[in-house]
Amino acid sequence: MRKALGRRTALRSMAAVLVAALTLGAAACSDDEPAGSSAAEAGPEGVDDGSELTMWTRAPLEKQAKLLVEAYNASHQNKVNLTVVPNDDYVAKVGAAAGADGLPDLFAADIVYVPNWVNQGLFQDISANINGLAFKDSINKGHLSAGTVDGKAHVLPFVLDLSMLFWNKQLFKEAGLDPEKAPATLQEYATAAKAVQAMKKEGVYGTAAGLNCGGCLVFTWFPSIWAGGGEVLSEDGKEAKLADDTAQQVYRTWNDLWKSGAVLPASEGETGPTWTAAFTEGKVGLMFYPATLLSSTPFDVGVAGIPGPDGGASTFVGGDGIGVSKDSKKAAQAWNFLNWMMSEQAQVEVLAKNKDVVSRSDLASNKYAAEDPRLVTINEVAGKGDTPVALNFQQAFNAPGSPWLTLIRNQVLTGSGDLQKDNGEITAVLQQ
Amino acid sequence: MPPRKPSLDRSPAPEKRKVLMTVTAPSRPPSAAMRGHARRRGRRGLLGWLYATPTAVFVGALFVVPLLLVVKMSLSRWPLLTGDQGINVPDNFTKAVDHRFFTDSVVFTVKYTVLATVLLLALGLGLALLVQESSRWNSLLRASFLIPSALGLASASLLFYVLYSPYASPLAPVMESLGFTFLGSPTAALLSTTFLIVWRYAGFYMVLMLVGLQGIPADVYEAARSDGASRWQTFTKVTLPLLRPTLALTTVLCVTGSLLAFEQFYILTKGGPDNSTITVVQLIYMVAFQGQNDLGVAAALSVIVLLALIVMNALQLRAFRTEER
Repeated sequence: MRKALGRRTALRSMAAVLVAALTLGAAACSDDEPAGSSAAEAGPEGVDDGSELTMWTRAPLEKQAKLLVEAYNASHQNKVNLTVVPNDDYVAKVGAAAGADGLPDLFAADIVYVPNWVNQGLFQDISANINGLAFKDSINKGHLSAGTVDGKAHVLPFVLDLSMLFWNKQLFKEAGLDPEKAPATLQEYATAAKAVQAMKKEGVYGTAAGLNCGGCLVFTWFPSIWAGGGEVLSEDGKEAKLADDTAQQVYRTWNDLWKSGAVLPASEGETGPTWTAAFTEGKVGLMFYPATLLSSTPFDVGVAGIPGPDGGASTFVGGDGIGVSKDSKKAAQAWNFLNWMMSEQAQVEVLAKNKDVVSRSDLASNKYAAEDPRLVTINEVAGKGDTPVALNFQQAFNAPGSPWLTLIRNQVLTGSGDLQKDNGEITAVLQQ
Repeated sequence: MPPRKPSLDRSPAPEKRKVLMTVTAPSRPPSAAMRGHARRRGRRGLLGWLYATPTAVFVGALFVVPLLLVVKMSLSRWPLLTGDQGINVPDNFTKAVDHRFFTDSVVFTVKYTVLATVLLLALGLGLALLVQESSRWNSLLRASFLIPSALGLASASLLFYVLYSPYASPLAPVMESLGFTFLGSPTAALLSTTFLIVWRYAGFYMVLMLVGLQGIPADVYEAARSDGASRWQTFTKVTLPLLRPTLALTTVLCVTGSLLAFEQFYILTKGGPDNSTITVVQLIYMVAFQGQNDLGVAAALSVIVLLALIVMNALQLRAFRTEER
């Protein structure tokens, strides 16, 4: 009897533990309103009272983020603790933290994900503070509008990353090309790549691309379509226009380049981690390349906007936006960082000094840009660039196995596939 | 042999229990054991529960609770970024089965599992037979087969990522002259990844097989030899039947492990080229974290995989058991 009782109690207590654990788990998932002071109440400067702030960013922008954080920590009482997360893990980490209400005070997001994340309520509304900035109208429009929902701004540009045409002047010289003149059309680009390839130099290739990396291809090939007067998405971001004439011309040029053998063979399987490595090591003639890497490219490079099939120039205004997370209890202190980040001090003395693009157009012609004509070029092209906005951007383009990758690989690597059908697949994902 | 042991063996059952009792509770006088028979049994029951509690707590906290959470997730609308949005049975399951990579990933996972299991078991048994006799060279061989097992699967995958890279690999010139890349085509990617797995796990399965082989008594072989059995006959009629429990264990381990393959493909191929190497677990990860960001559908896929694994393991164990009798 006693034994049976004992067993029953034991079972009962186990069940109780289970139920308790489950309710706890369920409670952890329910929503809580963020407590603590809001950014708007703290005034235009925010609060600098020696608080510890946490901040996350993804690895590709590590250099810029570190410079900004170091400069801020050196001049303020608040201390920002920066965590750098590998690119591929960033969404998973943010998602897990968002579900557990454990987001850091500040976090940056790839600008193409920002519309979705703002919609999901991951960022606090800071429009009152942004509207208070005297230079509001000169803040990069693409980034600002990506983070604006129902007229409320949630995100400021953190680091602007533009895709530009980079060429290795040394290799151009060796191949008999003019090292000071950029290829003006996509056709000239292909001709230059073939010329570099024709030298048959050990380990040197004409050009390279991340052909198994949806994000890289969006970043480097959309501008060709824009420069040619085409569009990639409809206004509302629900329909893909990647089967239009301009896009087809771009695919044809790359298909021709690939068949001619002037593209680094590793490009075929390149999923992203090393897509710029070969150029940085001086083994590729010319390439569409991120402007953030200008300061870490050790040799003499030329820089120009990305040309379309018949000329023109454009760029993908990528990079990361940053905002105050829904879970932050130190919004006033976090705004202090954001306010400083947009100041001339940070934009010019930290970003421009490191040969990065400033996110305020009124500071585009600063003293560092004047020293390096390439920065002037980048800043000029930045004004002609674009940032596509779509809710399901990640799934349609960036994800491994995305329909965009299928389209590109069919068009460029095999030169087969039904373009209209592949484009329809992208639209189907965008509309989900 | 310790002197106490024979007396313990000869003693009747209550006596033996008494000895055990004195081991667990040395201060207890032997007469009390006789008086409180019922109480003792109750206490023993309680003691049993007490002993089982740590395991039960671990199983409960680390297995049962997460499992229930996954089941709950699979029945709810649960986007990654916003959390639980309430029940939506059975949307997640229909979405999971209708996913454009669902069939492809199941087919690929089964293909990979068959390939990996056949290769690993054959190679594991072959290596075990090779190094069964202990001699100086054999222990060196054994060690060298086993060393890859000391490397974590993710580290091993990274090692091969570099080795297979047409850009950074020491084999790059070979690849270039042959015009071939290890991960460039669907078949090459499958075979290259399988090679990594065989390299990593062959030693481990060899050790399991060795243990099984050494459990076969030598006199059975002797009897076979005196009956004039050939080597092949000895292998098929003696070694294989007596190795059946080991074969069952290794098959279950290998099939389960291969069906849950993730790291190697995540690191080496990311499902490419052209989505040809997406395993089921990778699909779960993709749905959860890379694009769709839908934990509900991912959980539904996990539940489907779990059920499939339970059925498959039950079938395997049954197959090996009935043949044994």
